[in-house]
Amino acid sequence: MMSLLNISRLKTYFYTYRGVVRAVDDVSLSIEKGEALGLVGESGCGKSTLGLSILRLVPPPGKIVGGKIIFDGENLLDKSEKEMQKIRGKRISMIFQDPMTSLNPVMKIKDHLVELIKTHEPDTSVSEALERASKFLKELGIPPERMNDYPHQFSGGMRQRIMIALALILNPDLVIADEPTTALDTIVQAQILELLKRLRDEYNMSLILITHDLSIVAELTDKIAIMYAGKIVEVADTLSFYEEPLHPYSEGLLKSIPSIELSQQKLESIPGWPPDLINPPSGCRFHPRCPYAKPICAKEEPPLVKMGENRIVYCFRWG
Amino acid sequence: MPEPLVKVENLKKYFPVTKSFIESILLRKKEYVRAVDGISFEINRGEIFGLAGESGSGKTTTGRLILRLIEPTEGRILFDGIDILKLKGPELKRLRRRMQIIFQDPYASLNPRMKVGDAIGHPLKIHRIAEGEERKELVLKVLEKVGLSPPEDFYERYPHQLSGGQRQRVAIARAIVLNPEFIVADEPVSMLDVSVRALILDLMMRLKEEMKLTYLFISHDLAVSKYICNRIAIMYLGKIVEMGDLKEVFSNPWHPYTSILLAAVPVPNPRARRTKVIPKGEIPSPINPPSGCRFHPRCPYAKPICAKEEPQLEGDSRHQAACHRIGELELTTFRRSK
Repeated sequence: MMSLLNISRLKTYFYTYRGVVRAVDDVSLSIEKGEALGLVGESGCGKSTLGLSILRLVPPPGKIVGGKIIFDGENLLDKSEKEMQKIRGKRISMIFQDPMTSLNPVMKIKDHLVELIKTHEPDTSVSEALERASKFLKELGIPPERMNDYPHQFSGGMRQRIMIALALILNPDLVIADEPTTALDTIVQAQILELLKRLRDEYNMSLILITHDLSIVAELTDKIAIMYAGKIVEVADTLSFYEEPLHPYSEGLLKSIPSIELSQQKLESIPGWPPDLINPPSGCRFHPRCPYAKPICAKEEPPLVKMGENRIVYCFRWG
Repeated sequence: MPEPLVKVENLKKYFPVTKSFIESILLRKKEYVRAVDGISFEINRGEIFGLAGESGSGKTTTGRLILRLIEPTEGRILFDGIDILKLKGPELKRLRRRMQIIFQDPYASLNPRMKVGDAIGHPLKIHRIAEGEERKELVLKVLEKVGLSPPEDFYERYPHQLSGGQRQRVAIARAIVLNPEFIVADEPVSMLDVSVRALILDLMMRLKEEMKLTYLFISHDLAVSKYICNRIAIMYLGKIVEMGDLKEVFSNPWHPYTSILLAAVPVPNPRARRTKVIPKGEIPSPINPPSGCRFHPRCPYAKPICAKEEPQLEGDSRHQAACHRIGELELTTFRRSK
């Protein structure tokens, strides 16, 4: 079976005056129809850039300099800007962390939705679009009469619901959510996660959840990809990942997060800090912080090691 | 029982709602945001007292009131037996040496044009504690203490040359340089990357032991609170709804809000996914908070009395809650057992 999205050897670099920042460096990753993938890493690891690369929205001085992004059988990197516009919002959509900066402050909510529908489905009449919008908002827990309000009149949680409505109303094949709940309070975060879970099941869409938070990923995803310093270091199904993380970085991350479950735990941390992506360490980029590092780790790039059917790890420890 | 270090009694802070001139003529009545609305608690010496709740619950305002960074509308704050609201001028300044704050955002809390050494030495200058070489000595020692070594190197750096975790260490160094007794830490790790959070929390705990500090630890993240706090108070719309020993409160919550909040925290374990649906709705406006128990419109267990009468905190110093239905409810944290 062909994957819905297949990224191979993707490179997205930023050409800054200080040097070339290799934000996404030779990354391969695939996602199946209806699958939810958690893309996890710390700030600056390149996870957001990877998300933006899929939509070809990398801001300058960033540029996609190599690789392929095969979506539904076609390479998105071969598409013209005009063709991309037809895909964005319609077939692949994005939910950003901060809904306030993604909504137009001088446009009513209904105008956001109508504009989106009319852009991609020009044959729809305004009244049809409005009706569709109001139905969908209701399903997402927003009273339809509030369609006449402006973004600033909504709470943070409501705004994120509106963002989700905009991302999902055209029933896309793939939704990329970049830290969708990071700015929200605990209870609202739980509500939004529930909503995403329900919508994913109902519409059978694929989801890429980009986050630094391994707890959220555990709630929502089927598969996890861990990213470090521009590279994917491990891909695993969610259940086995939490049972036995394979990459030393994954292991360190899992040991460093506090959990609310009451068993006494001692947190561990990863010594040092993430590297500068202009001059990343040689060999395995994690080797200066790795407790298991061997001499070879500093010299050669770690190999791709297949562990079982669905697990991949890039590490000398396993191969 | 020794005297608590901090004692807060019936503390209130109302912020007036600013309106346009015309609105203020048309609407005679002044409106207030009741950010903190009559709370009382004690912080014992040497403990880490947590203050938790969602945004808008009043936890940050409480922290600032205790340091007298803002003036309360009503209430009393005793620090080491001294009524700090009565202090003025030099007396207040002397008190400030004994209490410090660490802010959430280490990018905003450091002056970008001040070298790390000068930033940490600044309090020593303001309080005329040390000059010149002596000051530098003290700063270098503190840098070492918070794990920024070699200290001589960090002394000369500017904030933009540091990572988030290093900046937060600088903020901690600045807070401890005066040898305070009490530190308000307002979400000190929520802007940091996960892999450095534990380091900062461990540093704070180590310093607490070494310097005999007492913390007020403000956080919306209950998993972090669980890791660091001895006792905790849960706030909702300006009120404390539950308070007590952390283990007691977290393993056996008495207030429905606490149990819902605990249930909403995601757990890094896919086998412990939530089973029950989280209640709908969001925290209401603190301008016109609901009557009676402020949580009653969202509470799945509300009875008629909850809308009418305001519940008071009941229980003992180990565990207390403000709920009309204490003891009647079987509250869980809504999780599937493994």
